[in-house]
Amino acid sequence: MSKIIAAAGIRGAHSFVAQAKQKLAAALEKHGPDKEVSFPNTGYYLPVIYGILGVPVKTLGDMKGIIERCELILPPLVREKSHLPYLGPALDAGMVTLFAQELIEGIRYVDDPDFYLRGEDLTPEKIWLGAADDVILRKRGVEFVDGTAPGFAAILGAAPNPQVAADIAVELQKKNLYVFMAGSYKGKSFAQQLLEAGVECGWGTRLVSFGPDTSAAVFAFGFATRAAMSFGGLEPGDFRKILIYNKDRVFAFALTFGQVVEEWYATGLGAVNYGFPIIADTPIPQILPTGVCTYEHVVSNVPHKEIVQRATEVRGLKVKVSEVPVPVAYGPAFEGERVRGEDIYAEMGGGRTQAVEWTTMASMDEVEDGKIEVIGPDLTDIQPGAKLPLAIKVEVAGREMQVDFEPILERQIHHLLNYAQGLMHIGQRDIAWLRVSKSAVDKGFRLQHIGSILHAKYHEDFGSILDKVQVKIFTDKAKVEEILAKARAVYKSRDERIAGMTDEDTDPFYSCTLCQSFAPSHVCVVTPERTGLCGAYSWLDCKASNQINPTGPNQPIPKGTTLDPVYGQWSGVNAFVQKASRGKVERYDAYSIMREPMTSCGCFECLAAVVPMCNGIMIVDRDYSGMTPSGMKFTTLAGSVGGGNVTPGFLGHSKYYITSRKYIAAEGGLKRVVWMPKRLKEELRERFDKRASEVGVPDLLERIADETVGITEEEIITFLQEKQHPALTMDPIM
Amino acid sequence: MASKDKPDKSVDSKSIDSASQKMILKACEDNVDISWDRFEKQQPQCGYGLLGLCCRHCSMGPCNINPFGDEPKLGVCGANADTIAARHFGRMTAAGAAAHSDHGRGVAQTFLATAKGEIKDYRIKDEQKLYKLAMDLGVEIGDRSVKEIAIEVGEKALAMFGQQEGEVALLKRAPLKRQEVWRKKGLMSRGVDREIVEMMHRTHIGVDMDYKNIIDHCSRTAIGDGWGGSMIATELQDILFGTPMPVVSRVNLGALVPQDVNIIVHGHEPLLSEMIVAASRDPELVNLAKSKGAKGISLGGICCTANEILMRHGIPIAGNFLQQELAIATGICEAMIVDVQCIFQSLPTVAKCYHTKVFSTNTRGKVEGAIHLEFHEDHALETAKKLVREAIENFPNRKSAKPYEQLETVDLIGGFSHETISYLLGGLFRASYRPLNDNIINGRIRGVAGVVGCNNPRMSPLDDYHVKMVKELIKHDVLVLQTGCSAISCAKAGLLVPEAAAEFAGPGLAEVCETVGIPPVLHLGSCVDNSRILIAAAAVVKEGGLGDDIADLPVAGAAPEWMSEKAISIGQYFVASGVYTVFGGSFPTMGAKRLTQYLFEGIEKDIGGKWAFESDPIKAAHLMIQHIDSKRKALGIDKAKERVLLDMADRRALD
Repeated sequence: MSKIIAAAGIRGAHSFVAQAKQKLAAALEKHGPDKEVSFPNTGYYLPVIYGILGVPVKTLGDMKGIIERCELILPPLVREKSHLPYLGPALDAGMVTLFAQELIEGIRYVDDPDFYLRGEDLTPEKIWLGAADDVILRKRGVEFVDGTAPGFAAILGAAPNPQVAADIAVELQKKNLYVFMAGSYKGKSFAQQLLEAGVECGWGTRLVSFGPDTSAAVFAFGFATRAAMSFGGLEPGDFRKILIYNKDRVFAFALTFGQVVEEWYATGLGAVNYGFPIIADTPIPQILPTGVCTYEHVVSNVPHKEIVQRATEVRGLKVKVSEVPVPVAYGPAFEGERVRGEDIYAEMGGGRTQAVEWTTMASMDEVEDGKIEVIGPDLTDIQPGAKLPLAIKVEVAGREMQVDFEPILERQIHHLLNYAQGLMHIGQRDIAWLRVSKSAVDKGFRLQHIGSILHAKYHEDFGSILDKVQVKIFTDKAKVEEILAKARAVYKSRDERIAGMTDEDTDPFYSCTLCQSFAPSHVCVVTPERTGLCGAYSWLDCKASNQINPTGPNQPIPKGTTLDPVYGQWSGVNAFVQKASRGKVERYDAYSIMREPMTSCGCFECLAAVVPMCNGIMIVDRDYSGMTPSGMKFTTLAGSVGGGNVTPGFLGHSKYYITSRKYIAAEGGLKRVVWMPKRLKEELRERFDKRASEVGVPDLLERIADETVGITEEEIITFLQEKQHPALTMDPIM
Repeated sequence: MASKDKPDKSVDSKSIDSASQKMILKACEDNVDISWDRFEKQQPQCGYGLLGLCCRHCSMGPCNINPFGDEPKLGVCGANADTIAARHFGRMTAAGAAAHSDHGRGVAQTFLATAKGEIKDYRIKDEQKLYKLAMDLGVEIGDRSVKEIAIEVGEKALAMFGQQEGEVALLKRAPLKRQEVWRKKGLMSRGVDREIVEMMHRTHIGVDMDYKNIIDHCSRTAIGDGWGGSMIATELQDILFGTPMPVVSRVNLGALVPQDVNIIVHGHEPLLSEMIVAASRDPELVNLAKSKGAKGISLGGICCTANEILMRHGIPIAGNFLQQELAIATGICEAMIVDVQCIFQSLPTVAKCYHTKVFSTNTRGKVEGAIHLEFHEDHALETAKKLVREAIENFPNRKSAKPYEQLETVDLIGGFSHETISYLLGGLFRASYRPLNDNIINGRIRGVAGVVGCNNPRMSPLDDYHVKMVKELIKHDVLVLQTGCSAISCAKAGLLVPEAAAEFAGPGLAEVCETVGIPPVLHLGSCVDNSRILIAAAAVVKEGGLGDDIADLPVAGAAPEWMSEKAISIGQYFVASGVYTVFGGSFPTMGAKRLTQYLFEGIEKDIGGKWAFESDPIKAAHLMIQHIDSKRKALGIDKAKERVLLDMADRRALD
């Protein structure tokens, strides 16, 4: 710590604690001590305070104790001459600052509940997103876990002008980083500058405008703290492990733009506790010796052109950036960006015209690598706002290529095209839908670039199974119809082939330990009838992934001897799980929720929990934020199940698994389901009804309760009795 | 009596600090003989004794061995030079270990009596440290009360002194590899007292006549001191009086304030000084002092008592070993209260020239001519108050008619302990040694040196050797840890303030000091607190990246102005713990060639550390730096490492 930084930071911490104390006194006066306090839809209370101190702040009254803790820890100011050592005290001041900031923001949610938006997207009136709720945490957390987002940049202040802000934001996006923005400099904030420069902000584009005050920076730390608890399985109050987890696994750093004031120093000291270094664009003192962070702690006076590169080096982060030869920016951060209204230059599919995409295997001599053809009108041939039919046919060839990999490669088209700035892609197969923005066309984007993207990325991501890629893009209506017919025939045969695969007939299964970067003891066992719990990895995906990267996170698991066909236990699987979980899990039942259910990392799509009174289970998906009959919301349930733990009675799983033949087969399968959120019911209806017919209760979905029926066991049991739900007459589940 | 017309030059050759120089001159003017005068009168000193070649262990002697290879080559019993010098060395080790350990035993007894509630003036102050020690001693914590745990800890601690077999429990705090080295060589101390007694036996006429075998037992005895008796003293003192936290204070004779009642506590055991601190703050006594015309009560420490009350209370240090007489020579010292170790018998004689009352307080350390007011733990505060009252009553008896001069003091930061270093490097939430290890590995800190020990008129001017050596070390980016009188020497020279980093330290060390806000020289306490250095060294090993034994670390030790037998015991336990250790002034085996050769070379193969002798402080510093560099090379950290950038696959591979 430099003396200047420590002294200023400690002063800043004093000021934050004083502010928090004052605001709390006023809030107590206004609302009384019993007034409930919370960030929206979270099971982690005020997450930094909960994670680090282990104290759940539920009411304004609870905050008094936190203020006392802050005052106890708050170190004295640094003396001018013969001062006492300050690194430890300054780091403490940093933590206290975060506690105080969280109190201040918590009070704001009480005093002015509509100050922040709820949700992921900005509106024309409101641009501040506030605390990320647990739905966002889990959805985005998956990207942190699988590496699509290696970390985040927490930004304080404002760039000298909007263009510099936009350039830096794009560079961060290209490195796949999230950008968390708070505070302002000279009356401007970085987020406002981005909006002025016409950059789309929101969780979708990874440009997250937390709030206008420095205290909103605490939302970034709340996100990081919850990541450690939900994915790392760490207990609230285990502050040391939570901080070290962040140092080792969450590759975040802070960027400051503008003159660094005491409050920023104080916040920066908080960041250093997490192992997040600070990179400043102004000439403040540097702290280069290492130890608390992995490398330097504070690096300053970095030119804007170099600041992103320098920051990733200081953080020790290696980011593979795809070089795709297109005239627009390219990377996962642009996946969530929208193209709409006036900004649409061309639209293909989406019900207005037909769009179809098809990846198919061809022999080596049929494919000329890199050949891209556009057949029909290109973007320059149409008026802005026009609609076109579209067929994308990708032909791939390679010695390691298999027909089974076709659907996997084809499914990539969605995100690979979405990664391009100014392209929006929705759907797949014959319901694909593509929009190209005016600014993309202005920058020179043409239809051939769709081919450039697919050619470059297929080679980069699947180079070990394919050698050649050629792409044909049709916008001629007759040609499109022709491709559509061929593609549909292929889709049909593919579906039949996959539907025919069973766990009994398949060996080996595959592991997925992608999440071990975040949840070190979690192992997914992926079988044809049971996808990974995040919903993103099927057995075929894992197989292909293994082919591409034989030493990667997807390994074949020879089943060995079948120990229990009903519960789904195999000797080979047990041995693998034991090793891959580093000894933490010894046995594993693939089809049971009660005995030895699979561990859950934290990025599961759905959670099932036993509802004892109804002799069944309930399923809740992560998009449902209301109360459930288990007495807990998804967030609370998830908090106690995630982190690589085995929790009998609870199971994290994918949506797809619900309609599988093997869904909790040990406990009687689908007929056990007594409650699901209404929206999930509708989403699954088609496949659900099919499976329900197979088990002899075709109208099962109608007999399952949802939130419109009730959210307590008492409320739903009457309904179940009325509907004669099959679970009520099954063997006792417990 | 000294002559009245000593030239100023002679003052420069006695001390480097002006406060001491002024008082040396004043003593001279007041016709008071002090240590330098007596040292002069001792010249020439016995050459055989200096070289370790005089044996008077039996009445066939005294026997001398000719250091030039001529006759006599053997003592009457047939003992050769190496045996005779090794026996001396062994007895010095035993005496030093005994001094520390007897101190430790006293603390353990008081601790146990406190735990049992038998004495009222002490209490358990640091429960966290109690639990930690309990775990190390295998004392169950569970739901037991603090009292129960403390009693068992006290009993186990006390038992380590009288233990006859097995291993002293705290030796397990050493790195595993170090313990293996000891076990393999049979050097695990079986009991603190046992090894001392056995040393006296082995060095009796006609017992151990193999110098290497005697040196092995020196290690056994010294390990029982550093990792046993001394460590028990430090640990229990911290639990009783509080683990030190960094504190700012002042040092030098200016701690005596002309307007105040001045009390000097001198010696070693905080059991007494802690109570004097409390008594000196007693409002009733402060009012009494005021009623006598004083502004207040000023307490100052000398020697390790000074270090103890500095570390825990920020009480100013009046001076180190050779300043004890100078404190009286100020003429404003109302009382000098002494307990044990390093007390000059001349104090009452010096005091006669002034109004100072000298109080001896310890039954083990009566001083002829001093007032003996015996201190017992069961009425500790009462005795302390009586002593303070005596000092106050003595205030009106000052002799000089002219106003006394306010002598200077220098700021210092004290209060570093193993625990606080860990806290300072990471705060409450991330406390660890990682930043220290990291910066040793990346070379900003070249290594760590422990510079400790006494003062010695042989090594005049006072403080000069410590200060020159330490300045040279920090200039070359070596972080210095200090204890005892050595720390006081460097504090007086202004090296124990954070500002010293920018002024004296090399760029790498200065940068780390600026980062942590520490001085380049850290004060870890008294001479029993050298055990803190051992614990810190073990913690650095455990933190990782610097080998798996203390002997692998880029560290070195030194005692450039040593004089007491305790220094030999300390030196031997550092060597036996794997540390290269340099002494200056004289070395007690120099007449015995094979023994000295073994201590300076051969022993390294056996136990990882070795001794060296070099009186020139700059040369000695460079011997230490060379050693540090050789360890860096062996660790492969002599070259800069590439920055490692991690991707997701690397992160998955983390444990």
